[in-house]
Amino acid sequence: MKHLLFAAGILSATSAIAADTPELTVYTYDSFVSDWGPGPQVEEAFEKICNCDLKLVGIEDGAALLSRIRLEGANSDADIVLGLDTNLVSAARETGLFAPHAVSTEFTLPVDWADDTFVPYDWGYFAFVHNAEADVPGNFRDLAASDAKILIQDPRSSTPGLGLLMWVKAAYGDEAPAIWADLSDNIVTVTKGWSEAYGLFLEGEADMVLSYTTSPAYHLIAEEDDSKAAAAFDEGHYMQVEVAAKLAATDQDALADQFLDFMVSDAFQSIIPTTNWMYPAVTPAGGLPEGFDTLVTPDKSLLLSPDEAAAIRDEALGEWLGALSQ
Amino acid sequence: MLKLDGCRIANGDFALSADMEISERSTVAVIGPSGAGKSTLLEAIAGFRDLERGKISWRGRDLTDLPPGKRPVAMLFQDGNLFPHMTALQNVGLGLRPNGKLSPDEVAEVDAALARVGLPDMAARKPATLSGGQQSRVALARVLVQRREILLLDEPFAALGPALKVEMLDLVRELAAETGTTLMMVSHDPEDARRICRKAILVAENTALAPQATVDLLNDPPPALRSYLG
Amino acid sequence: MVGRAQPVNPWPGIGAAALVAALILGTLLAVALRAEAGRGLGPADWAALRFTLTQATLSTLLSVALAIPVARALARRRFRGRSVLIALLGAPFILPVIVAILGLLQVFGRSGWISDLLGLAGLPPLRIYGLHGVVLAHVFFNLPLATRLILQGWQEVPSERFRLAAQLGCDGRAIFRLIEAPMLARVVPGALAVIFALCLTSFAVALTLGGGPRATTLELGIYQAFTYDFDLGRAALLSTLQLTLTVAAGYAALRLSRGDGFGAGLDRAIRRWDGGAVWTDVAWIALAAVLLLLPLSAVVLSGLSGLARTPVILVNAALISVAVAIASTVLLLLLALPMAAAIATGRKGLVELSGILGLSASPLVIGTGLFILIRPLTDPTAWALPVTAMVNAVMALPFALRILLPAARENVQRFGPLAQSLDMRPFAFLRRVMIPRMRAQIGFAAGLGAALSMGDLGVIALFADAEIATLPLQIYRLMGAYQMQAAQAGALLLLLLSMGAFWLLDRGGRWHVEA
Repeated sequence: MKHLLFAAGILSATSAIAADTPELTVYTYDSFVSDWGPGPQVEEAFEKICNCDLKLVGIEDGAALLSRIRLEGANSDADIVLGLDTNLVSAARETGLFAPHAVSTEFTLPVDWADDTFVPYDWGYFAFVHNAEADVPGNFRDLAASDAKILIQDPRSSTPGLGLLMWVKAAYGDEAPAIWADLSDNIVTVTKGWSEAYGLFLEGEADMVLSYTTSPAYHLIAEEDDSKAAAAFDEGHYMQVEVAAKLAATDQDALADQFLDFMVSDAFQSIIPTTNWMYPAVTPAGGLPEGFDTLVTPDKSLLLSPDEAAAIRDEALGEWLGALSQ
Repeated sequence: MLKLDGCRIANGDFALSADMEISERSTVAVIGPSGAGKSTLLEAIAGFRDLERGKISWRGRDLTDLPPGKRPVAMLFQDGNLFPHMTALQNVGLGLRPNGKLSPDEVAEVDAALARVGLPDMAARKPATLSGGQQSRVALARVLVQRREILLLDEPFAALGPALKVEMLDLVRELAAETGTTLMMVSHDPEDARRICRKAILVAENTALAPQATVDLLNDPPPALRSYLG
Repeated sequence: MVGRAQPVNPWPGIGAAALVAALILGTLLAVALRAEAGRGLGPADWAALRFTLTQATLSTLLSVALAIPVARALARRRFRGRSVLIALLGAPFILPVIVAILGLLQVFGRSGWISDLLGLAGLPPLRIYGLHGVVLAHVFFNLPLATRLILQGWQEVPSERFRLAAQLGCDGRAIFRLIEAPMLARVVPGALAVIFALCLTSFAVALTLGGGPRATTLELGIYQAFTYDFDLGRAALLSTLQLTLTVAAGYAALRLSRGDGFGAGLDRAIRRWDGGAVWTDVAWIALAAVLLLLPLSAVVLSGLSGLARTPVILVNAALISVAVAIASTVLLLLLALPMAAAIATGRKGLVELSGILGLSASPLVIGTGLFILIRPLTDPTAWALPVTAMVNAVMALPFALRILLPAARENVQRFGPLAQSLDMRPFAFLRRVMIPRMRAQIGFAAGLGAALSMGDLGVIALFADAEIATLPLQIYRLMGAYQMQAAQAGALLLLLLSMGAFWLLDRGGRWHVEA
């Protein structure tokens, strides 16, 4: 332990020496900073142009990330938070901890995006992923009527789980409880997070798992495996839009603005598809990587505005619990 | 002189009174019915039991508030006199140095003590590999190096056969005589008391009586002792 | 018989207990004080409480009930691979939850090995999801632990007692009545309390195997309150409820487990003469081995294919995990030994209860509380590893105490008077008597502590930054990045490391040398 404390001491000593280089601290979710995530490449690319030290701090997932910011409050170490999704934006805005941005660019999102504080950097569609050869239903009603087995995540502990809740609500409104009731015998189980569900799916525990339309791209590009596909649902697919924002209390205001501009530039956006396995918010000049053209593209994109999402969350959660706890 | 001055010793619901003097270098038996408090008396002298009142002194020095290890008292219990994980040498060595390592001189002293009790070649053995009699000898060797002025025996040899027990008691008497140790021993066997101890303390009816001649006590026992002796 | 001075000094133990209680209750308080007005407890929380209690009670009773015959069989039989099997008993416990779930489902799942076999016979697949699935998973996690704790009880019965029984011609049933039943009366309540507390805090396992939100536990509520609702008051409230249940269970266990030790023995190797029915013993051992080994081998098989291409990052993470485990184990012993000694001298209640607290303290609460407390002083990320080591030690403390206590009590009772009359100082008694005489228990406790620390995600997720990550955290990261195969290799690496640490420490301490 002494050794580690010593190492920690060295670390803080070196950062003190480097104090003349400004440091930009970005809080993000854990998988962003992992070696396979965008983090390492983003850090390298930004440090090339910023003459600064980019410090990425990984915190579990988007929800835990927001909790951390709320816990730290106005004297947070973070200058930027990167990794909230639309379901969290409303709560994030309410904290009053975030400052408006100065980014102006043409987003290539399938929906209009106008927000003075939160800047999208990638997006994706939720979808049920299945084995390519399987014959799968084309909407929630068919799914409920079929005997296909699905794995989903709990909306109380995972972002995709919350996304699915919003998906059914956005597509079916007041009929959502009935849809859930019909789906209940298709649901093998509900997991804490995405990893558990996806792991179980790969073990063959179910026919389909809630993930993203981009998931098959990972298998195709990284593993040269075309055995996975995403089912296209004709009521439309709910979107996950991931955003970043500058903290009002940042002491690196200019650098934070520079990062947000960098974030929507080609340098950052071209890293996203094959590291975060999502669509870039601004399609880079070079287009999408090969393999993304094979993905399902929904005819209809569903997305509740942050305020709508926040307003119906508790009700939708109650309906979900009610239908599945029978 | 060991003096118990108006002592009252509590042990749960039971209490024992003792008021007596025991002269130096004497060997005293403690006899009485089972459950009368013989062990309680010894435990109080050794410091394992608090006095409700009264005081215990040795050669005029008050022992009452001293912890067991600071008293000039060594005690052998009914069992648990040796640490099973230590060799005979280490067990005896504890009598000299309970808290540290033995010096070469001290090792020699321990060896001498083991030789004196008749176990010259057993230093490296652990208790489990020794016979009952040998285990008792190791414990006695430790008492020997402890050089305490008072030795209390709470029937440490009860588990040994009659011949072996006699042998041990003789050894104890020899050692006590050699070192000038004051000896008190609980005994269930009147013959043991008669053989070894000129004086005896009768413990009965919540009272420990002052020492009197063993022969007189056994030849003309008071009622409490008589029913016990049968 | 000791009515005054004590051979060991209880104060270090009382100090350690106070430290542990301060850590657990202090962090809870820090969270509560930071809370704004939030939602109180609603009907959903009471439903969660009911489910939590139901599954924890069933899982605990079943785990311990099965562990008794298994431990008895293991105590009575000598066979090839016995010590390996006993070492493997520590394994399920240290696997990251997600890995264990995958392993279990590879065997018992809808497309698991058993369902495949049933399919060959034309039968429908196993229906594992539901309350029975939760209980099965908890039995998988806890039966081995219960078996180890109870087996320890058997090993502490002096061999002289069995010799006496054999000499009296006692058969298996008579031995049970005379020797084993009183031993069980002493050991089982503690095991029940420990496992009950563990099952109380289950979250991912209960939810996944439970098959849906019916299987919502309090811990899920705590997680939700922290991350999705940021309702710290609610988190503190639920956590208090959880702690109260644990303390109640612990208190009940303490009341029940009063009983005397077995008196003196001379450390002879255990040997038993009661033949008993060989086949029932074989059946019990086989049952436990199947339940244990099948999911483990699923984990091993899945990991093997990726092991050759283990990413360097996993090796680094493994080194960090080993360092944390070493620190955590040292800390664990520094806390547990004095506490065990203090309890053995009669400072039972509070010291022992504070030891049990660690079981149902939610890592989220401790982590967040520590974060709130540390942050005004210094950068919490710099303290990620020391904090992880400390929290891991506190979490392992209840197990260590269960393991150390009976022996500590026995030693104080048996040798305390002798040590005192020799004027042995408390420290010397600890060093020369307690520690050498408790080597087996210390080794077992240290092994379990090291393995637990190695496998625990604990609070590291709250503190770690990109550069410092333990092996379990890195495994989760891999899974989150679709790298299932590398993650499974990581899980195998973790399993090997933890088992290695456990085996090394446990072996190092074993004193019942068996031929």
